[in-house]
Amino acid sequence: MSSIEERVKKIVAEQLGVKEDEVQTSASFVEDLGADSLDTVELVMALEEEFETEIPDEEAEQITTVQLAIDYINKNLD
Amino acid sequence: MSKRRVVVTGLGMVTPVGNDVKTSWDNIVNGKSGIAAIEHFDVSAYNTRFGGSIRDLDVAAYMPAKDARKMDTFIQYGMVAAIQAITDSGLEVTEQNADRIGCAIGSGIGGVGFIEKNHNALLASGPRKISPFFVPGCIINMIAGNLSIKYGLKGPNIAITTACTTGTHSIGSAARMIAYGDADAMVAGGAEMSSTPLGLGGFSAARALSTRNDSPQTASRPWDKDRDGFVLSDGAGVLVLEEYEHAKKRGATIYAELSGFGMSGDAHHMTSPPPDGAGAAASMRNAINDAGINVEDLHYINAHGTSTPAGDVAESKAVEAVMGAAAKQVAVSSTKSMIGHLLGAAGAVEAIFSVLAIRDQVAPPTINLDNPDEGCHLNYVPHTAQSIKIDHALSNSFGFGGTNGSLLFSKIQ
Repeated sequence: MSSIEERVKKIVAEQLGVKEDEVQTSASFVEDLGADSLDTVELVMALEEEFETEIPDEEAEQITTVQLAIDYINKNLD
Repeated sequence: MSKRRVVVTGLGMVTPVGNDVKTSWDNIVNGKSGIAAIEHFDVSAYNTRFGGSIRDLDVAAYMPAKDARKMDTFIQYGMVAAIQAITDSGLEVTEQNADRIGCAIGSGIGGVGFIEKNHNALLASGPRKISPFFVPGCIINMIAGNLSIKYGLKGPNIAITTACTTGTHSIGSAARMIAYGDADAMVAGGAEMSSTPLGLGGFSAARALSTRNDSPQTASRPWDKDRDGFVLSDGAGVLVLEEYEHAKKRGATIYAELSGFGMSGDAHHMTSPPPDGAGAAASMRNAINDAGINVEDLHYINAHGTSTPAGDVAESKAVEAVMGAAAKQVAVSSTKSMIGHLLGAAGAVEAIFSVLAIRDQVAPPTINLDNPDEGCHLNYVPHTAQSIKIDHALSNSFGFGGTNGSLLFSKIQ
C-alpha cells in the first residue's frame, strides 16, 4: 500500500496533467502546477474519492499546496 | 456596398470514414461505408444497434489529456477538425490580425454525454459529485471558446444551433461576417457526438433511425425503395473561410469560392418536411440567387438525403422545382449513404465534400441505391463516383423544426 504522500501526489499529477516526479511537496497548485479555480475544485473531489472522505468547502479552500493536502488527509484520516 | 468575396482556404474533418480530410475523401469517392455496430456502450436493449462512430482518433496528438478531459467528446471532435483546418490554411494569427479572425462552430445537440455522466453522478451520490467542468464541458459554444483561447482568435465568436442545419448555417453566417466586413477570416463548421445512451434512445423513440441491424453498411440508402430511416453518426467538419484579397495576398491555397448562401423555414411540422419540399426549394433558390448563377451552371448537389421516407422525396421534388429542365442534367448525391447523418456536423462535412468535388471534378456516389423509389427521378450518382465538369456545387441541409440552409460553392474564377 502506497503512503498518503504518494497517493496525493499521484492524484495531483493525474488531475493537473503533470508528471508525478515533478510534483514537489511544497508546490502550490495554482502558482507552481498551473491549476485554475475549477481545477482545484476537481482536485479536491478526486482527493475525496481516493480517501473516501468529504472535505467541507471552507476547509477545501485552505488546501492550496501538496503539503497542505497531505496534512489534511493525515489529520482527518486515522 | 459591394459584397466582399469569400473563399475557402483550409479544411479539417473527423468522420466515420477517416480522421482527416484526405482519408475521408478517398473513402467517399470510392464508395466505402463507415457504418458499423456501436461498441462504445451496451446497445443490446435498443431497436437500433449501429451507427457511424469515430474510431481510433488520437486526441492526444492535438491537445494535452488534461484539456481533453474537460471537454465533451463533441468538443474534442470539433477542436481536432478546427486544428486540422487552421494548419491546412497556413493562416498565422498575429497581434495585428487577431481581432479580424473569428470562429463560428456549433453543434446540434451539444454535450449530451457529459450531461448523462453528471446526472448519473448526481443521482448516485448527490450534488457534490457534479464536476466543476460539467457546464463548460458540455455547452455548445465551447468549441468556439476553446479554439479562440488556443489560437488567440479575437474576432466574432459564435455558435449557432439549428439541428441538422447547424454546420451549414454556421458556414453561411461566417461568410456573411466576412462579406460584411466584421472579419477577414473565420473558422467555421459543426461537431456532434450524440450516439450516447440518451441520444440514441431519443432518436430511436422518434422512429427516425434505420433498424437494419443485420446489415449496417446497407442501412443508409437515400432514395432507395427499401430505406427505413437515417443512421446516427458522430464527427466534425471545419473550414477556414477568408476574404478573397486577404487570401490572395498571403499566397494561400484557395479551394473554392463560397458564392452563395440561402436559408428558409418550413413552418410545417416539428420533424417532417412539407411533401412538396417547398422550404427546401426556397433555401436552394435563395443560395442560387445570392450567387447570381444560372441553374444550368449548377452541376452538382450534395443533397441532405438522409434516407428517411419523407425527406428524400421532398428534396427530389424541390430540386425539380428549382432547376426545371436542368434537373435532368445535375448530379445529386448523398454522402450520408456512406457516413450516415452527423446532425450538426453534417452540413460542414458535406460542404467540404462539395468543395473537393469542385477541386477534383468528381461527384461522389450514393451507395446502396439499388431501386430508386417512386418520385425519385434524378441522377443520384448510384454506386460509383462520376467524373463530370463541376463549376458550381450546392450543399443542402434541412433540420428538425423546419430549418433549412444551402451553400453554393464555385470554382475560383
